[in-house]
Amino acid sequence: MSGLRKILSNWLPAYAFLYIVFLYLPVIFLPIFSVNTSASPKFPLSGFTLKWYEELPHTPALLDAAWNSLMVGVSAAILSTVLGICAARAITRYRFPGRRTINGLLMAPLVLPEIIVAVSMLLVMLQLGLSLSLVTVVLGHVLVCIPYSLSVLTSGFEGFDRSLEEASADLGESAFGTFRRVTLPMVAPAIISSLLVSFTISLDEFIMAFFLTGTESTLPVYIWGQLRFASKLPGVLALGTLLLVGSFVLLTLAEILRRRAARRTQNTGGVFA
Amino acid sequence: MPERSKSERPMIEIAHVTRSYGAFKALDDASLTIREGEFFSLLGPSGCGKTTLLRMIAGFDNPTSGSIAVDGQEMLGIPANRRPTNMVFQSYAIFPHLNVEQNVGYGLKRLRLDATEEKRRVEEALAQVSLTGLGKRGATELSGGQRQRVALARALVMRPKVLLLDEPLSALDKKLREQMQVELRRLQQAVGITFILVTHDQYEALAMSDRIAVMFGGKIAQVASPKEIYQRPVNRQVADFLGGMNFVKAEIVEENGASMTVDTLGFGRVKTDKPAAFVRNGKAATLGIRPERLRVLWDDAKDKHEVAGTVVDRHYFGEITHLIVDIPGLEKPLSVTETNNFGADDIPVGAPIRLAYDPDALVAMAD
Repeated sequence: MSGLRKILSNWLPAYAFLYIVFLYLPVIFLPIFSVNTSASPKFPLSGFTLKWYEELPHTPALLDAAWNSLMVGVSAAILSTVLGICAARAITRYRFPGRRTINGLLMAPLVLPEIIVAVSMLLVMLQLGLSLSLVTVVLGHVLVCIPYSLSVLTSGFEGFDRSLEEASADLGESAFGTFRRVTLPMVAPAIISSLLVSFTISLDEFIMAFFLTGTESTLPVYIWGQLRFASKLPGVLALGTLLLVGSFVLLTLAEILRRRAARRTQNTGGVFA
Repeated sequence: MPERSKSERPMIEIAHVTRSYGAFKALDDASLTIREGEFFSLLGPSGCGKTTLLRMIAGFDNPTSGSIAVDGQEMLGIPANRRPTNMVFQSYAIFPHLNVEQNVGYGLKRLRLDATEEKRRVEEALAQVSLTGLGKRGATELSGGQRQRVALARALVMRPKVLLLDEPLSALDKKLREQMQVELRRLQQAVGITFILVTHDQYEALAMSDRIAVMFGGKIAQVASPKEIYQRPVNRQVADFLGGMNFVKAEIVEENGASMTVDTLGFGRVKTDKPAAFVRNGKAATLGIRPERLRVLWDDAKDKHEVAGTVVDRHYFGEITHLIVDIPGLEKPLSVTETNNFGADDIPVGAPIRLAYDPDALVAMAD
């Protein structure tokens, strides 16, 4: 037993290191090859250049796709956050039969095979007689984003001390005034965090967009299309790097805000209390 | 403390208030009058309805039937934000996104005072609770005691007719709690506002209140001054809740207006006051005597009223010792509290002992 433990304690750090390398090495290749002068992604690197980045703004199809993604992302973020607020409020504030089940069902799209969901959505949209467009993409993205919105918002709303709203009423404030002066400021960070997370998810989402879009493509769909041409690869790598950095920044910001919201609502006890 | 002259004007009138949740009655036909300027406590175990009653006065809950009036005005149908009451919450409910000053000034914003007047009132309220200079401190940077003071200042600054306090000291440690009891009492006397305190701590209620209502199972059992409640409880439940009490079975021999004569095993024949709330139930009654009203008789000391027995157990508590004394004829041994001045902590278990008592300390009560 102790022999096994000894082997484990020696090799666990190495295992953890390999694990991290396997996870992140491919991601690191992306920015590296995006500044390589050679058009094919191969070692050794031939030289440093930013020309692939400079070409990006001169590609009209890419600009269209970026604009589409922005519109879809903003719409999906707002919709899923609004729906998420209602659900999170109900789940954290009220005790009703089926509360856990409903929460589970709302979170399920996180683990459902996305391609199956996308195909089902496509069938439903066509049955409903909707023509495929960015609107149908938004609907698909809302479905994907709600679990993320819900979990961010739930952690922000959880432990919201109800007596804060009562205290506000007790001090003479109306229901609307209480919402404006107490409820909203306290949950605002969670709401912004939810908007950022769902926007980021929508921006990177491919399968739903691929199945549900009409003639207009979003950025991931555009990238998919470009991969057929070897000469376009460096441009795709540059674009991918930008998306990666953007997502990372947005998600970091979202997490900071989510923690701030959770601290506000949950840790109403003072640091010395 | 000498009795302060007080207004007899009723500030809160609670008449036949019942609050039902389905078949369960959180409050059952409670009636109560609280006077202007009084420090009044609602005392009882958890679930006795004391918090429900407080929340109804504040406007966070409504009676199923009955009426609540504040300063002569019926409160039914008036929402919490338009009642002349303010509350200190058990959790304090300090707004975490505002600093101390903004918390205290929260309610004043609605009154649209000019800026200097608003600032003056906030400063005044902070001074009342000894928080001067902490106005810019963030809500999350406060200690438990400071949070409590902010909650108090935030309510007092509104100059309510009635201040409601929901277990305000329960989250504090023992030492701070005792300090705040004294401060709260002093504050109430300084501002002269009617205070209603909800608590399950009998010592807190006894130390702070002008009058106490003891509640059990949604009903008000007794309303009286702390001394009266402690010394003359109306029944065993109240007696028990207010601290240790020895119960002795008695048989009524004679009833005579305000007094009666009873026979007991152990204490013999005793003449005692008949409490106003006493309800006769056959010949049986119960006498109670508090453990500290029994006194150890040392050596050859004699007393007109004494009982003799044997020490069966002894518990040491620092400044006092609890002796458990078996008296022939009593079904349960007596519990005796004696200060350790004279060596009560050295009395050996098994030793014979004599105890003196004052017949006035034997109080008759309903079972």
